[in-house]
Amino acid sequence: MMKDNTIGARLWRTAIWLFVGFFVLNLFGMIAAVVTSSFATRWLGTWLPAGWTTRWYFAAWSEFQLDDILIVTFQVVFAVVALAGLLGVPAAYALARREFPGKRLVMLLIVLPLLVPPITFGIPLATVLYRANLAGGMSGVILANLVPTVPFVILVMVPFIEQIDPRVEAAARVFGAGTFRLFIHILLPLLIPGVLAALLLVLVRTIAMFELTFLTSGPTSQTLVVALYYAVFAAGVRAVQSVDAMAVIYMVSTLIWLLVALRFVNPAQIVTRAKQQTAN
Amino acid sequence: MATEAIARPPAFERIPLGQRLAANGLDAVTALCLPAALFIIALFIYPFFYGLFLSFEPKKGDWLANYQRFFSDSFFYGTIATTLWLALPVTIINLVVAVPVALQVRHMRWQRVLTTILVLPITLGTVLVAEGMLNYLGPQGWFNRVLMTLHLVSEPVKLVHNYWGVMLSLVITGFPFTFLLILSYVTGIDAVLEQAAATLGANARRRFWHVLLPLLMPGLAITFCLSFVQAFSVFPSAVLLGAPAGPTRVISIAAYQAAFEEYDYSMASAVAMVMAFVQLAIVVAVLGVRGLFYRGPAAGAKG
Repeated sequence: MMKDNTIGARLWRTAIWLFVGFFVLNLFGMIAAVVTSSFATRWLGTWLPAGWTTRWYFAAWSEFQLDDILIVTFQVVFAVVALAGLLGVPAAYALARREFPGKRLVMLLIVLPLLVPPITFGIPLATVLYRANLAGGMSGVILANLVPTVPFVILVMVPFIEQIDPRVEAAARVFGAGTFRLFIHILLPLLIPGVLAALLLVLVRTIAMFELTFLTSGPTSQTLVVALYYAVFAAGVRAVQSVDAMAVIYMVSTLIWLLVALRFVNPAQIVTRAKQQTAN
Repeated sequence: MATEAIARPPAFERIPLGQRLAANGLDAVTALCLPAALFIIALFIYPFFYGLFLSFEPKKGDWLANYQRFFSDSFFYGTIATTLWLALPVTIINLVVAVPVALQVRHMRWQRVLTTILVLPITLGTVLVAEGMLNYLGPQGWFNRVLMTLHLVSEPVKLVHNYWGVMLSLVITGFPFTFLLILSYVTGIDAVLEQAAATLGANARRRFWHVLLPLLMPGLAITFCLSFVQAFSVFPSAVLLGAPAGPTRVISIAAYQAAFEEYDYSMASAVAMVMAFVQLAIVVAVLGVRGLFYRGPAAGAKG
């Protein structure tokens, strides 16, 4: 809109762009440092490594037993995605379509796990799961990861379902569709884009969810991010490049899904929810 | 005017229970939210109260022994100050910087490119950011190399394994989070209001202080709370990038050690409860202060 062209305003704009540029530059520098290091033969006290190699990837793959870890990661992640969808989407449908006494309470119940940070509720949750003999295995990790993701699916889906006209469903009823046919032929096609977006975001968040997985996983149920934490934590045991190679593998497995997700959602939605659409 | 017409049978005799519930919005569709609600009660509300009660059943001593231990041992109560000393400055810096940047970015064509770039550190998570920063900010890293080449410093600045490492990692992951939240609030303010102020002769500074900031206040309060709570629960970067034995022994480390190194779940629950309480206290304080400011719509009244 109105562009202020006084010197002060221009300086201010320049300062802001300089800051943003500086931030992005450092961010990329940080990521590039990990990637460069993972391909380095030897990198000590110089701008760039002495030579390039891919052997650290093979080393990391066998040292950290990445095939096992990747299998566990994807089992956990897809179980979380499927269960979060099964629990979250019907709940979102109910909350979008019905007004009932106690709805505000239910909404509060759903928002809370997203507001309270994972490490705060993770410790009591892990305690309960250990007492119930669920933690330390895959089921504990999946259950713990569902706590923030089910509310997330609901919060993404409610505005999406609200904007589907209920008259479409009513019309299908008038033409004699039963609940099952209504669901298969009317609701499902209309819901698919929203469900897809919500579940992709859940996928990205679950791969990167460190705290809850860390607190509930045992030796056989570590996901990639937890294994990466242990590798960084025990720095010095393995070659830096090997840890960095693992970090790159983690980065790639997260970013692929992020790229897929960004085809369907606005990046801001990873943090907030569809605010932009409702605001304007 | 026959009186029989007025004498109706009581309502509950005529309408079946199912229909009366449906009239209040309770039918089969509403029941669809039950599984999710029960799940959250079982795995979020119940563990919280379980932890609360467990914290009053210490391994030894009377029911307050855990809290007495926490508040008499500086190894424990010191973590509150340590964590606040990290979380409060980071939250304030992120918020103060994010507001002007968001105000500038909202009209940009390549807003989406920037938001995509800024989503990267959030998506990658704190563990990867920690590993990247160990490389990048380390004594041999590119950051120190640039500083030394530019002759800004004579020897590498120590930026990892101390307070600054954790601080910077909280900025790298926290600033994008704060920025994206604020951007969503900023774009929700009707541009007409600012145009009206400009028409009435307010310059950029007055438009900011008298129009935009009051409208942003609710959003800022919420963003502050969310960012603070995130920063206050810092864990992996405090271990990997900080000095977890000393200057960055944050409260989550104390809770983790009690649970998984001492196997004293009762004490761990007590620490977690203290952590939750401090977060709650700050959130309540911020929302209380926010109540002193403008409350009302951020959209223009009429077109």
